[in-house]
Amino acid sequence: MNFAQSFIEAIESLTANKMRSGLTMLGIIIGVAAVIAMLALGSGAQDSIIGEIEGIGTNLLFISTDNENVINPKPLTLADAEALDDPLQAPAVNAVAAAVQGAAEVSYSGESSVVTVIGVTPDYTQVQNMTVAEGEYLNDTHLTGQASVAILGANVAEELFGRANGIIGESVRISGQPFRVIGVLTAEGGSDFGSADDQVLVPLTTAQVRVHPQDTRGEVDTIYVSAISSEAVQDAITQVSNIMRERHHTEIGAEDFSIMSQQSMVDMMSTITGILTIFLGGVAGISLLVGGIGIMNIMLVSVVERTREIGLRKAMGAQRADILSQFLVESSLLSVIGGGIGILLGWAISALVGLIATASDFALNPVIGLDAVLMATLFSGAVGIFFGLYPANRAASLEPVEALRTD
Amino acid sequence: MNNTTVVEVKNLTKVYKMGEMEVHALRGLNVKIQRGEVVSIMGPSGSGKSTLMNMLGCLDRSTSGEYYLDGESVAEMDDDQLADIRNRKVGFIFQGFNLLPRSTAITNVELPMRYGNSNNGRSRREAAIEALQSVGLGDRLDHRPNELSGGQQQRVAIARALVNNPSIIMADEPTGNLDSKSGDELMELLLNLNKERGTTLIIVTHDPEIAEHTQRVIHIRDGVVEKES
Ligand SMILES: Nc1ncnc2c1ncn2[C@@H]1O[C@H](COP(=O)(O)OP(=O)(O)O)[C@@H](O)[C@H]1O
Ligand SMILES: [Mg+2]
Repeated sequence: MNFAQSFIEAIESLTANKMRSGLTMLGIIIGVAAVIAMLALGSGAQDSIIGEIEGIGTNLLFISTDNENVINPKPLTLADAEALDDPLQAPAVNAVAAAVQGAAEVSYSGESSVVTVIGVTPDYTQVQNMTVAEGEYLNDTHLTGQASVAILGANVAEELFGRANGIIGESVRISGQPFRVIGVLTAEGGSDFGSADDQVLVPLTTAQVRVHPQDTRGEVDTIYVSAISSEAVQDAITQVSNIMRERHHTEIGAEDFSIMSQQSMVDMMSTITGILTIFLGGVAGISLLVGGIGIMNIMLVSVVERTREIGLRKAMGAQRADILSQFLVESSLLSVIGGGIGILLGWAISALVGLIATASDFALNPVIGLDAVLMATLFSGAVGIFFGLYPANRAASLEPVEALRTD
Repeated sequence: MNNTTVVEVKNLTKVYKMGEMEVHALRGLNVKIQRGEVVSIMGPSGSGKSTLMNMLGCLDRSTSGEYYLDGESVAEMDDDQLADIRNRKVGFIFQGFNLLPRSTAITNVELPMRYGNSNNGRSRREAAIEALQSVGLGDRLDHRPNELSGGQQQRVAIARALVNNPSIIMADEPTGNLDSKSGDELMELLLNLNKERGTTLIIVTHDPEIAEHTQRVIHIRDGVVEKES
């Protein structure tokens, strides 16, 4: 047996039938391209989603009501938030903010838009890493005085005023009530879901009374806590849990609140997108399988056509393994070359989709990992060998006398 | 030319099973051929000539009996051993040439050397060229079968048959697809090779004219040797 020789012969045999080889390869090309493109777009999407979560602000914890363990959870209150801002009991906590949020109509001289209006405590912007491009931040006076003031997200300002600057002091209506604009948030850009660009911030107390009165009585939806450092996040979770359990009189394991760290959100999202990517890749993998069946089909035809040649080779002394390897090299060559072209095509497709997505404001950077390329190559090679095995075995099992007799 | 036995067949039988029916193609055949002999095998159609050829060429296994090729017992060999002994000891010439249609004369002649390790230091290409020259095709090395006449194609097949220096060359109706002139030339070539190289030749034919050229004629009928002349 001579591998180099088998290789040359396989190339010759495949080029002798270019059209057929090309069409057979096409199945593998499409399959591999689909797998590569799916994996690349999947991990690209994963990266940008995680990037957005991480961009919200480091060291961040979200506390919300949890009714999974208890039937009547105590609502979160502003007092809970104030209790957490305690350097003695919670030294790992840097800043605390509470928020209620909901959709409301915001309008200015005829222009109107339904956006997310969030009632917040003054530390909200700090906890969320937000800055104002113009104007001022909310302060304690606004909070205690239930002031009718608002900070607009950049897109909201753009929509209502046609510009994002020079609008401080203007009056907008939120749910029909007049509010004075005291600031505009720095634009974040991108198309982040729930981006601050599309939000309006008002004082928590004002929101509870005027904007979202339906869920008031001093309740808040979410408490945001930032830890003093990313290393302190675990400590902060422990300290916050202790304080909250004491305030809500709940046992360990029966909490009526849940604490999500940004890390756990990142983990959750990467699990979800990871599963999605694998699922899409798997669906694409089916087309690779179909391509493999195409190879098997054409190899079976080829064995029948070349029965006499096989008989001749056996008469000249070819052993079982010689014939087996001849056909296996052919089928794996078909699939590996197809796989190579498929990788390039998949790369081109994902790059194109990435460009289109970016052009339509969804930052998507397709990632073709070395592992995906390696996997595609190995997998297509395996497909070639697996689906080539049966035809090759048929060829190798031919009786020389019988094979020579056919025409 | 030494007089050692190259082929020794004792009591060879071959039974083809076709469902319920059994066809006894060979029924206890005995034959002995010395090195360097030229033997033709004749007999009516269906007498078992091709079956015997397949046995002698180690292409197929007998149902019972003994066969020694160059002293090696062939009867008990498995498929891969048979392939190996075909490669080393047998050269085939078929009625239908059986060349690889897309390959050049050289590549066709190289084919037996591709299997097994039979090039004693020489490159395959050199050996193939030398074999083609010895059949008078030194100027047709890179021709493909469809660029050669029938007689030339069969000469490529002869070069292929002798390139591994086999103990026997088996030819089943080698002139059957050729016109009489090419057929005569071919027989002349085969007999010359036998004279020059001492290659043992076994030719199956139903053409008495061809049989006349050979030293020995074995007549077969109903799967046994009827007579020798
Ligand atoms: N593969 C086979 N299966 C069944 N019968 C066969 C087979 N090959 C040959 N035979 C039978 O064996 C007998 C001898 O055939 P063969 O050796 O081809 O004769 P010849 O070559 O002398 O014409 C014939 O009766 C033929 O029908
Ligand atoms: Mg016959």
